Amino acid sequence: MLLFVVSIATFAIFFLVPRFAGMSADDLASRYVGKAANDQIIHETAIKLGFNDPVIVQYGRFVKGIFVGVDRNYGPGVEHCPAPCFGYSYVTQNPVLPDLLDRLPITLSLALGAAVVWVVFGVSTGVISALRRGSFFDRFSMGIALAGVSLPIFFTGIVSLAIFRDQLGWVGDVADWVPFTEDPLTWANNLILPWVTLAFLYAAGYARLTRAGMLETMSDDYIRTARAKGLSESMVVLKHGLRATLTPVLTMFGLDLGLLLGGAVLTESTFSLPGIGKYAVDAISNNDLPQVMGVTLVAATFIILANLIVDLLYAVVDPRVRLA
Amino acid sequence: MSENVFLDVKDLKIHFPTDDGLVKSVDGLTFSLERGKTLGIVGESGSGKSVTSLGILGLHKGRGANISGEIWLDGEELVGASQEHVRGLRGKKMAMIFQDPLSSMHPFYTVGDQIIEAYRIHHKVSKAVAKKHAVDMLGRVGIPEPQRRVDSYPHEFSGGMRQRAMIAMALSCDPELLIADEPTTALDVTVQAQILDLMVDLQREFNSALIIITHDLGVVAELSDDILVMYAGKCIEYGSTDDIFYRPEHPYTWGLLGSMPRLDREPTERLLPIKGTPPSLINVPPGCAFHPRCPYAELSGDQAKTEVPALADTGGGHLVRCHLNRTERRKLWENEIKPVLETQ
Repeated sequence: MLLFVVSIATFAIFFLVPRFAGMSADDLASRYVGKAANDQIIHETAIKLGFNDPVIVQYGRFVKGIFVGVDRNYGPGVEHCPAPCFGYSYVTQNPVLPDLLDRLPITLSLALGAAVVWVVFGVSTGVISALRRGSFFDRFSMGIALAGVSLPIFFTGIVSLAIFRDQLGWVGDVADWVPFTEDPLTWANNLILPWVTLAFLYAAGYARLTRAGMLETMSDDYIRTARAKGLSESMVVLKHGLRATLTPVLTMFGLDLGLLLGGAVLTESTFSLPGIGKYAVDAISNNDLPQVMGVTLVAATFIILANLIVDLLYAVVDPRVRLA
Repeated sequence: MSENVFLDVKDLKIHFPTDDGLVKSVDGLTFSLERGKTLGIVGESGSGKSVTSLGILGLHKGRGANISGEIWLDGEELVGASQEHVRGLRGKKMAMIFQDPLSSMHPFYTVGDQIIEAYRIHHKVSKAVAKKHAVDMLGRVGIPEPQRRVDSYPHEFSGGMRQRAMIAMALSCDPELLIADEPTTALDVTVQAQILDLMVDLQREFNSALIIITHDLGVVAELSDDILVMYAGKCIEYGSTDDIFYRPEHPYTWGLLGSMPRLDREPTERLLPIKGTPPSLINVPPGCAFHPRCPYAELSGDQAKTEVPALADTGGGHLVRCHLNRTERRKLWENEIKPVLETQ
C-alpha cells in the first residue's frame, strides 16, 4: 500500500512537474536522443517511449510491468521483460532491475560494514560517556560527536581521502569495485574509508542516543535493585543498564539501515562507489524516469521491510510489547 | 554493646556535596539492632530514611558521597571496608526490599531470572538448581503455581504478587539483615496487611534482623520492637514501640501521631497535621531543625534557634532530642496532646 503511494508520488513528480513547467512530450523525448536529431526522430522517440499516452496509461504500464511483466518492441524484435519489471532505462536501454541488483552488493557492503563500525563505536562511546558523565572523556567524545553529526559526508569523506590515502598512504589507491568473494583484502581496502566516514556520521548520533539512554536507565530503580543484590558493577552496567538502553537504539538502527540500503547517496558519490545511491544520482540527473522509479521503489521497499523487522524485533526485545 | 547486637550504627553521616551546597542527608545517626528484632525508622519524605538504608548496604560508596561514622554488621566494620568486600555481603548477608516493586524489577527479565541471578551471585550452582530454588522461594512467599509464574515477567504480576516476588528475591540468599524501604506504600490496603504478615513470618523463620522504613506509623506500630524517628537527617526520638506510642516526648512525634488517620475517630474531627514542610537538607534551620514548625518552640526561647539540642536519654533507652525539659514535655503530653488524640 505504502509502496503504491510512493510510486504514484514519484511518478507524479517526475512526469507531471515537467508538464506543468510547459514541456511537451517532444521536449521530453528530445533529451533522450542525440544532439543532431531532427524533429522527426524526436517525435518518433516520444511515441516509442510512450510520452504521448495519458499519464494514467503510462503509470498503468509501469505497474503492469511490476506485476506481470511487459513485452517491449525495441525495433528488430520483441523482448519480454518478466515480472517484476521496472521498465527499461531511457538512456542505456538496459532493464532497470538487473542493473539495480548488480549494484546492491556494493551498497550492502558499504551499509553493513559501516553499521558494524558505528554500532560498536557509537554504543561503547555512549556507555562510557554516561558512566563518566562530566569527565574529560565525556566532554571530548561528545564534542567529537557534535562534529560528527554536523559535518557533511562530502567534507569528511574528501578530508579523509586526502589524509589517509594521499598523505599517509594507509589505504591504497581505491581500485575498481571488487566483490568480497573475489578478493576480500581489496574489497576491505576499497571500503574502509567509506565505512569510517559514513560510520562517523551515524556513530555520533548513536553515541548521543546511548549516552542519554544510559543516563536515564542507570538512575532507574531496577539498577539500584541489581546493585543491592550484590551484582558487580560491570554486570549491572552491561546486563541491566545496557539491555534496557538498547531498545530505542535498535529501533533507530533498523530504520537507519533500511534507509542506507536504498543508497548512501553522498558517500557513494564522494568515494565513487557504483552503488544504488550513485545510480540514483545518475538517474535523476539524466531525468531517466524508469531508473528513478526503480531506485525509489527499491529504497522504499527496504525502508518498509526495516520498519516491519524492527516492529517484530521489538516484541522479542521488550517483553511488555508482546501480546498476552 | 551487648553480645547479641547484630547491626550497630554509630554516628553515621552521609553527606552529598552538590553545586548548591552540602546536603546532609544523614547527620550523625546511631542505633543498633539484634537478630530476630525489628526496628522501624519513621519520618517524612526527605528525612534521610532511604539514604540511611542504602548507606548500610554500601550503595553510596564511590558515588561522590562523604560517609563517616561506623557500621558494624556481625562484628565487621563496613564504612571503612572495600567496595568489593561490601558487594560480597550485599544480597547475601544483607538484602533490601524496595518501595515500588514494578520499577524495582527489571522489565526485560522474567521474575525467575532475576531471582536466579540474585542466588547465583553468591552460590556457585547450575542454572537448573538455581531455578528450582527460585520456584521454591516463590512458593514460600505465597505465589500460586510457582512453577509457571517463575517464567512470567514483572508486568504480568499484580502489585501484591510483585512485592512477594521482590521479597522472594531479597530472601533468596537467607540474608541475616533485611531492610524494607516502604515495602507497602505502593500496595492496596488489603494487600499491605498480607505483605506485612508475610515479612514477619519469614523474619521469624530466618531469625533475621529487620529494618522497616516507612512514613506510616500504623505499619511500624504492629511490627516493630523499636522505633527511630528521623527529622532532617537526625534522630529526634528513639525508643521502644511502647515508648513512642504511649509516652512520646518529642513535639514532632506528637505531630506524626496526630496526622495518623484512625478508624476509631469521629469522622467529623480533623486530623492534626504538622504545619509547614520538611526543611531543605542544604539549609537546615539553625538550632533545633524542627523549631520553625514546632508549636512549643517559644517555650525554650532563643535556645531553639541557636543551639542544636542533644539526644538525651530520658531513662530506659528512650532518647529524645528536644530543648524542653522532661517535666515540661510530660506535662504537655499528658495535658494537651494525649487528651486531644484520645477524644478524637
